[in-house]
Amino acid sequence: MRLFNRIWSRTFAYVVLLGFTAFFVVPVIWLLLSPTKTDHELVVGNPFAIGTLHNLSHAIHVMFTFEDYALLNWLKNSAIYSFGGIVIALACSIPAGYGLAHTQFIGRRTLLGVTLFVMIMPATALVLPLFLEANAVHAVGTPWSVILPFSFFPFGVYLAYIFYSSSVPKDLLAAARIDGCNEWNVFRRVALPLARPIIALVTFFAFVANWNNFFLPFVMLPNSTNYPLPVGLQDLLAATPAFNPGQGGQVPIYRPELAIATIVAMAPVLIVFLFAQRSLVSGMLAGATKE
Amino acid sequence: MQSVVPKRTSAPLGATDSLNPKLRRKQRNGVAGYAFVSGYFVLLVLFGVLPAVYAITLAFTSTGGHFVGLSNFVKTGEDFRFLPAFEHVGEYLLIWLGSLVVIVVGLALMLHSISRRVSSAFRFIFYLPGALAGAASVLVWLFMLDPTVSPWREFLSLFGFKNLGQTILPGHLPIIFAIIAFWAGAGGWIVVTYGALNNIPNELIEAAELDGAGAIQTALRVKLPLIKKWVTFMLILAFAAGTQLFVEPQLVGEASLGLISPTWSPNELAYYFAFQDNNFNYAAAISVDLLVIGLLCAAVLVFRTKLFEVE
Repeated sequence: MRLFNRIWSRTFAYVVLLGFTAFFVVPVIWLLLSPTKTDHELVVGNPFAIGTLHNLSHAIHVMFTFEDYALLNWLKNSAIYSFGGIVIALACSIPAGYGLAHTQFIGRRTLLGVTLFVMIMPATALVLPLFLEANAVHAVGTPWSVILPFSFFPFGVYLAYIFYSSSVPKDLLAAARIDGCNEWNVFRRVALPLARPIIALVTFFAFVANWNNFFLPFVMLPNSTNYPLPVGLQDLLAATPAFNPGQGGQVPIYRPELAIATIVAMAPVLIVFLFAQRSLVSGMLAGATKE
Repeated sequence: MQSVVPKRTSAPLGATDSLNPKLRRKQRNGVAGYAFVSGYFVLLVLFGVLPAVYAITLAFTSTGGHFVGLSNFVKTGEDFRFLPAFEHVGEYLLIWLGSLVVIVVGLALMLHSISRRVSSAFRFIFYLPGALAGAASVLVWLFMLDPTVSPWREFLSLFGFKNLGQTILPGHLPIIFAIIAFWAGAGGWIVVTYGALNNIPNELIEAAELDGAGAIQTALRVKLPLIKKWVTFMLILAFAAGTQLFVEPQLVGEASLGLISPTWSPNELAYYFAFQDNNFNYAAAISVDLLVIGLLCAAVLVFRTKLFEVE
């Protein structure tokens, strides 16, 4: 009886898990296959049929040359904003995490507490206040209005703090001091080289957050030439007759082309996910517990 | 005696150097500490504290810059679009959080009961759509919800949907956004919940099995209570993020040909006040409402659960 129960509950588990696998995977597969087909084939054909390379290259050609290579321009903007934000975020958060973990100063605990608070708060809550601030100093429309808010990444500070306080022993740093290092050199020659895994982790998280961010660039950048990819996608969506047959019609962007744009938008993050799966997962757990 | 005197005079010098190293280290450390956090501190002030303070100032003043008390909050609160926006998000949150508790926890428990290697493959697959968070996920789901091209067109036709306009009717949006949020976000939470389950000592589970508990009983009576605080953690974070809904209604609205209100969510309403009405004070008032919700969630997490113990 117990054995029977066990087999039964395990079978049930597998059926449910496979069902959800389909739910999670089917949209991705469909998306990857759709540019190989024509818009008409998408409507009448089997959703999982594989189309032709000719269709694929046609869709790529149409999408990339659209509005004087707008897609490439958005891609470039996305890269500039994301990496600009990451570089400054790293330059500030790694030393800050180290300082919070291994030095004593007045206000340290307060700073730690505030960091925790802003880290938990959804970043979106600050987007309109940031816009109002940028508007007051006439910074709206500049790349910096996106890059600088991206650089403020309290989660990175928290990850660095957890790493330094749990994985780098105080004795190691004390030994460096005895060997004659000043505080800066202790950080640069001992603590910083040890931080390589945490630098990778902060980079991944900041990259995913920056690359997918829609709301901040959407309010900060009124000009289409400054758009990053997600905002560009909305622009395409507004122009395409793909979902609204009545709409426009003058734009040659149909579903296969739209799928190409979506794939281009998601590919960098997907690649990062595939290569950094393990560290991303461990980081998600590290973000919540201090183990 | 004479030999003692020079020693004595040299003693205070030595005291600062070696007899009281702790004090010295602390002072030297203090300056260094400030130097290490200075860059981050500047960013925190400029892009965390200042915008919040400025939004609060705007929320309590008129367009002319006079202090008006709570007037902006009252007026935006009485706006005919205010309550519906919060209701929409409330409905969405109810479905999304419900699915987190039931489905995410359920799937994590199932994954925890099968072999490690198989479960890691499942976890990766579930986690993968997280790469498409934001605008990309919405676009993918516009395809999935369009009965003319969707791989699930038969399923959609069961509900009588013949075109995208029928699937994305305003009344369907809360559940649609919950599905999108689940598709892109559940995997991450499954990984976290699974990690929490893995932290349960094996002896506890073995003891339950010795006492005759079946797989389901062990899951519900032993494992579930032990990961309760993680479920709370997940719910609060998902709630805080869910109140901020913006890109989903924005993009789906774009595809709906004006069927969906441009002020569907509170953030959209704030955006509308700022960009359509040029009323930054109203926009700030709603931003402050949302900011307070976010702060409250953070406060509950920091003070009520012991998940973020800093030293």
